[in-house]
Amino acid sequence: MSAAETVVATREPSLFWQRLRRNRAAMVSAVILALITLLALLAPVFEAMLGVDATRVDLFNQYAPPDASHWLGTDEAGRDVFVRLLYGGRISLLVGLVAAIGAALIGTTIGLLAGYHGGWLDALLMRTTDGVIALPLLPLLIILAAVDLSKVGVPAEIANSEAASLYRIVFIIAIVGWTTVARLVRAATLSVRTREFVRAAEAMGMRPTKIMLRHILPNIVSPIVVATTLSIGAVILLESVLSFLGLGIQPSIPSWGNMLTNAQELATRAPALAVWPGAIIFITVMAFNFLGDGLQDALDPRATRR
Amino acid sequence: MLAFLTRRLIGMGIVLMAMSFIVFMLIGLMPGDPIDIMIASNPDLTPADGERLKRLYGLDLPLWERYGNWLGGVLSGDLGYSRTYNQPVMDILLHRLGNTVVLLGLSSLVAIAIAIPLGVLAATRPQSPADSAINLFCFAGISVPPFWLALVFILLFAVGLGWLPAGGMGSPEDGVLGRLEFLVLPVATLTIASLAGYTRFARAAMIEVLRQDYIRTARAKGLSPGRTVFGHGLRNAMLPLTTIIALDFGTLFSGALITETMFGYLGMGKLIYDSILGNDFNLALVGLLLATLVVLIGNFLADIAYAVLDPRISFRALEAA
Repeated sequence: MSAAETVVATREPSLFWQRLRRNRAAMVSAVILALITLLALLAPVFEAMLGVDATRVDLFNQYAPPDASHWLGTDEAGRDVFVRLLYGGRISLLVGLVAAIGAALIGTTIGLLAGYHGGWLDALLMRTTDGVIALPLLPLLIILAAVDLSKVGVPAEIANSEAASLYRIVFIIAIVGWTTVARLVRAATLSVRTREFVRAAEAMGMRPTKIMLRHILPNIVSPIVVATTLSIGAVILLESVLSFLGLGIQPSIPSWGNMLTNAQELATRAPALAVWPGAIIFITVMAFNFLGDGLQDALDPRATRR
Repeated sequence: MLAFLTRRLIGMGIVLMAMSFIVFMLIGLMPGDPIDIMIASNPDLTPADGERLKRLYGLDLPLWERYGNWLGGVLSGDLGYSRTYNQPVMDILLHRLGNTVVLLGLSSLVAIAIAIPLGVLAATRPQSPADSAINLFCFAGISVPPFWLALVFILLFAVGLGWLPAGGMGSPEDGVLGRLEFLVLPVATLTIASLAGYTRFARAAMIEVLRQDYIRTARAKGLSPGRTVFGHGLRNAMLPLTTIIALDFGTLFSGALITETMFGYLGMGKLIYDSILGNDFNLALVGLLLATLVVLIGNFLADIAYAVLDPRISFRALEAA
């Protein structure tokens, strides 16, 4: 992708919207994502409307088939699957969004520093990036997820709380997920760095930090937006894997991943329990990928599929 | 050539050292000290015995000093014992490594063998129904949660249709064919994840190459479309593709961890996962380092393949890069 082209494209917002609107897959994806988000936000409304309680364990009503109040039936603990999916969506989407933005912040900082300063700093940062990309990340994430927070000085009651499992997963995904953004931002910075307005700012004696934030960053927003959109999907996948393996978000907070934790053992007893959360992860991640792809095409006409 | 090899080996050494240090420190922060577990499971041991044992194994030392001792041992060839298996870790790991290499090798081969024709097909007919269908398939492949795909395969082919075993590895008396049955679903799961990515890159690389002047020249002088696309196009498109596939080895190993865990396939990924959960820290650490080494060697081999595929690139050029 040519960074210089994307820079020009951001100057023509109306053209951008026109191109995005013409991309059917991206538009359908946007609608699907809006719908899933809306449903997730309305989880308490559905809970009240259907007269169910997403957290109440009812062992007399395990594996109930779908009916008027339990639209998708109940799970192994007698909880309503539909409403839990909606609450799980809140968590999974939130984790995806926050961790992807966190990763984008780290990646943007590293890419800007490497691209603007060049020299040994660039070499060091980019070799590190290449190293991180080549690593088998999942085992490393599993170790990070298994670290006992109370041993790094976090008070025990916070370290063992449910919320901690949520913050932890956002944190560990962000600190390994920044590599793509870093490489894209570096490439874009390299192409903007030599332009006249940056030269002028340098000649006027502006501080490097200010030049990077004021003059370079606004011109390289598009690759960052595209990479972040694509990485939301990747983060949702990672969260689901870690939660499925029992190392992510604790089961008392439903997430799409941890709703599948017991799915393998229950596969023969209740295959539907394994199908629903996986299918909604699949659809959501695919929608983010199509949307990211559409944004890229709209922002960078040169890279359009020919 | 020699300088290139030396540089790469030093680079690999640095990555492995950094990885071992970080993972050692993280493992020091994991819950469940091995001695605490031993005391908890044996009522005859008093806390004083625990202190003595910790001194004996050097567990009372600060973490960095323990790392120094561990590293000294590793460099003199002593990789230590596994707590849960009571065996030298290398004995356990080498056997498992073989299984993982079979799984990764097979699925990479299948993925590449399918991805290249699909990518070429899509690139030579851009915007055709075939291209759109391949594109949709690729997006589905990169978006599907791999563990869920494994679950769906198990539900469909093992539970539902009963064609294939749901997991495990078979026993020696099943014979080669019988044991291959156990490989079908794990290989299929792992293949689909990488296949989608490879196909997209193959398509992008081919489109880029087919735009070049020498392709237009080849067409203009009346070379057959087949020879233009495969002889001139694919040969050049293979270069970026090799790099992408090489950079993907780490991801592939992560995929192997999930696949092995889902299908009870006794490979390295499952071993590392089980040893982390079972507090068998030395096994987890050495296993992770071995996996990293395998990935680094994969990257290295790809660099060599790059030079072989492209006569323009010499080892001297790689040295300068």
